[in-house]
Amino acid sequence: MKDLSKANNPYNDEKVISQCSIFGMMDTSGKLHSGERVITAIANMHERGNGLGGGFAIYGCYPDRADDYALQIMYHTRASRTETETYLKKFFDIRFAEEVPTFPMKAIRNPPDVYRYFVQPERVEIHEIITDDDLVARRVFKINSSIKDAYVFSSGKNMGVFKGVGFPEQIAEFFGLKDYYGYIWTAHGRFPTNTQGWWGGAHPFSLLDWTVVHNGEISSYGANRRFLEMYDYVCTMHTDTEVVAYAVDLLARKHGLPIETVMDIFSPPVWEQIDRMEPSRKEYFEALRRVYGPLLLNGPFAIIVAHHGEMVAHTDRIRLRPMVAGLSGDIVYTSSEESSIRLVSPELDRVWIPVGGHPVIARLKSVIGDEIVVGGKAIGGSKVLEVN
Amino acid sequence: MLTSMLPEFRVERNEDRCIQCRVCERQCSFDVYGYDADHDVMIHREENCVACQRCAVLCPTNALNIRINDYTYKPNANWTREHIQDLKKQAETGGVLLTGMGCDKPHKIYWDHILINASQVTNPSIDPLREPMELRTFLGRRPDHLEMKDGKLQTIEHPSVELSTPIMFGAMSYGAISYNSFASLAQAAYEYGTFFNTGEGGWPKELRKYGKATIVQCASGRFGIDLDYFNDASMVEIKIGQGAKPGIGGHLPGEKVSEHISQTRMIPEGSDAISPAPHHDIYSIEDLQMLIHALKEATDYRMPVSVKISAVHNAPAIASGMVRAGADVIVVDGLRGGTGAAPKILRDNVGIPIELALAAVDNRLRDEGIRNWASLVVSGGIRNSGDVFKAIALGADAVYIGTPALMALGCTVCQKCYTGNCAWGITTQNPYLTKRVNPEIGTRNLVNLLRAWSLEIKELLGCGGINSIESVRGNRLQLRGIGLEQWELDVLGIRGAGQ
Repeated sequence: MKDLSKANNPYNDEKVISQCSIFGMMDTSGKLHSGERVITAIANMHERGNGLGGGFAIYGCYPDRADDYALQIMYHTRASRTETETYLKKFFDIRFAEEVPTFPMKAIRNPPDVYRYFVQPERVEIHEIITDDDLVARRVFKINSSIKDAYVFSSGKNMGVFKGVGFPEQIAEFFGLKDYYGYIWTAHGRFPTNTQGWWGGAHPFSLLDWTVVHNGEISSYGANRRFLEMYDYVCTMHTDTEVVAYAVDLLARKHGLPIETVMDIFSPPVWEQIDRMEPSRKEYFEALRRVYGPLLLNGPFAIIVAHHGEMVAHTDRIRLRPMVAGLSGDIVYTSSEESSIRLVSPELDRVWIPVGGHPVIARLKSVIGDEIVVGGKAIGGSKVLEVN
Repeated sequence: MLTSMLPEFRVERNEDRCIQCRVCERQCSFDVYGYDADHDVMIHREENCVACQRCAVLCPTNALNIRINDYTYKPNANWTREHIQDLKKQAETGGVLLTGMGCDKPHKIYWDHILINASQVTNPSIDPLREPMELRTFLGRRPDHLEMKDGKLQTIEHPSVELSTPIMFGAMSYGAISYNSFASLAQAAYEYGTFFNTGEGGWPKELRKYGKATIVQCASGRFGIDLDYFNDASMVEIKIGQGAKPGIGGHLPGEKVSEHISQTRMIPEGSDAISPAPHHDIYSIEDLQMLIHALKEATDYRMPVSVKISAVHNAPAIASGMVRAGADVIVVDGLRGGTGAAPKILRDNVGIPIELALAAVDNRLRDEGIRNWASLVVSGGIRNSGDVFKAIALGADAVYIGTPALMALGCTVCQKCYTGNCAWGITTQNPYLTKRVNPEIGTRNLVNLLRAWSLEIKELLGCGGINSIESVRGNRLQLRGIGLEQWELDVLGIRGAGQ
């Protein structure tokens, strides 16, 4: 098995620490937006990163192939591509494949080749009852953990992750992201303290259509990781963001818990507050903390978690990392800094700093992609906006 | 009888300070002191002294100094003073040497080779005086996941007990310790929101009001057990083994079985209370499963059932079997765990340190994916809040403390519990001595101890930027080893300092 931690964590630190800027934007009416605003916003927080990692997640970017899993895979060597494609051909029906277009620039040095494959899982060598999602997830783990120099950026339907070593605005330019369209965009600029940077180690971290961008350091990392290992997650990369991504996958996808409950597990109220709640709420939190206490995320963090239909911004319960939310019509913004939101949307219906441990949840109210918006103007479908 | 033993301790009396008040004579329960009225001086029988320091503490003029007798045989790395003295004792008596308290040999104390992490820059440390810090702990079986049905979270059917701090008082039976000591433990646990364990000597009716804070033990002697005994408590513990004397039973001499102890233990007054080495209905893991379920039936599935073993070489495999047999809580008692009486040869040579056993058991249960099924409690050799923190970071849910609790009641670890003459009134049934423990003061001191340790644990959490004990549980990355071999680091599952 290949040692991803070596690639991502050259000094063999117990975990990779990085401090960051994060930005998220969701049009709850499902309109697709070009990347311009998000790129401008994250670039405005340039000083929060150090050029060792930037990345974006885009939802709704592949409407023509919305039913296929979009595997975006990076290769550092030709051999790794050959090996991976042999694997893909055996275990997937590849409907369409292409190299992800890039626009080389001086600042981006030694980039990997990035390819995307629109696939359906083949049921070969399967002798158990298993969902497509589980099958794809398992095979993504397999590629990541066993094929040298190959790494899967993202594996969800109608979404993609673009990331690398550089400032986020450089990564955007490299991948030409201003010409992609999505109804949810999340972005990340990274300031790792102990690694030279590896493309796979940039944010967002993704599994299936779940993505996580993260600013902070999870002090409970050791406890979280040991709990996840019991559920067969292999934390190969030794970063705290990885455990957030796997915890979301376990709780939301495998255990089927609503995203609010997942956030309640990450940052539950303190016992003194719980003791004062009415009995049903008290029972709810007591059960969560008894069973999922090991997944309480302790230490400073702000995260934006997204999957189709939902974008959630969340902080630790004593709010040791910044998070600002803004609302303009159907569009919800979440950001490390208000200035970035104001830059791209000077007029806001509402802007606020969420209370620590209280998530901001934006939900899709309509179908995706009825309209396409470029530079704030519609060129081309509902109110379930929930704000806690 | 002519004895070739030398006195272990020396009594030094400053005659200028001594006022012949004879407090030392009255306080000493080992018959060290006498008074020579003809010459108005105190006389010493130093060969009886156990260095419990009762006399020195109570001497109103600080005239007494009890120190190690510096006699020496010819120095010999192999034949130490202890070996020579033990050997002579046995030659004179032909008996098994008895002792009390936990192993006092210099086996490596792993707590002292483990260091704790703190936050700097990238994550802020937290001030426990300004921010909430959570120590609340639950013990009991947990489901592997929770389901949401119709927007409502399923309820957990497994019973649990709630602790305000992850520290409980370990099993010390009424009989081994005095009523006042026993009552102090019960009341302190109740006041602080944690638990005391009755041990195997029954549970006096007057103390049943502390049931909310009581764990009752079901040991091989089955003393004092009836349906109410279980149902008045909050948790039941099946005692298989004890760290100080793995694999053997217990023996409370008949002279200690007073009327009240006889009633509590449900045995005739003055009769020896003998706990067999094994439970004679448990010769295998499936027998244990039957007893666990019998106890769950008897208590109507309202409380967790725990099983306590001593830390032996194959503890991980045994613990795994116990969890699969239905134990809701696993207790592992280490090499340095205390006892009221044990053969010295067992206490000092059998079992393994709790730090290693704990790490190995937690690993095994996690590897098998069954760590959720049971809570893990450890005991035997915990000396301070740092040890508690390290135990939890290695994977324990909570700890039992025995010796530290007795120290809060006055114990000075002279290791003479088995004589029944405890000068501090703790491990004795002599009414003249037992009143030396005042239950009110005892309770206060025990509550103070719990409070002090809890505050310190909060400081340790805060310095690591963590505000809840559950984020430390099994978080071995918070620990680093120092002065350890690679195999020891591997067993503990921690990195070396600087790594």
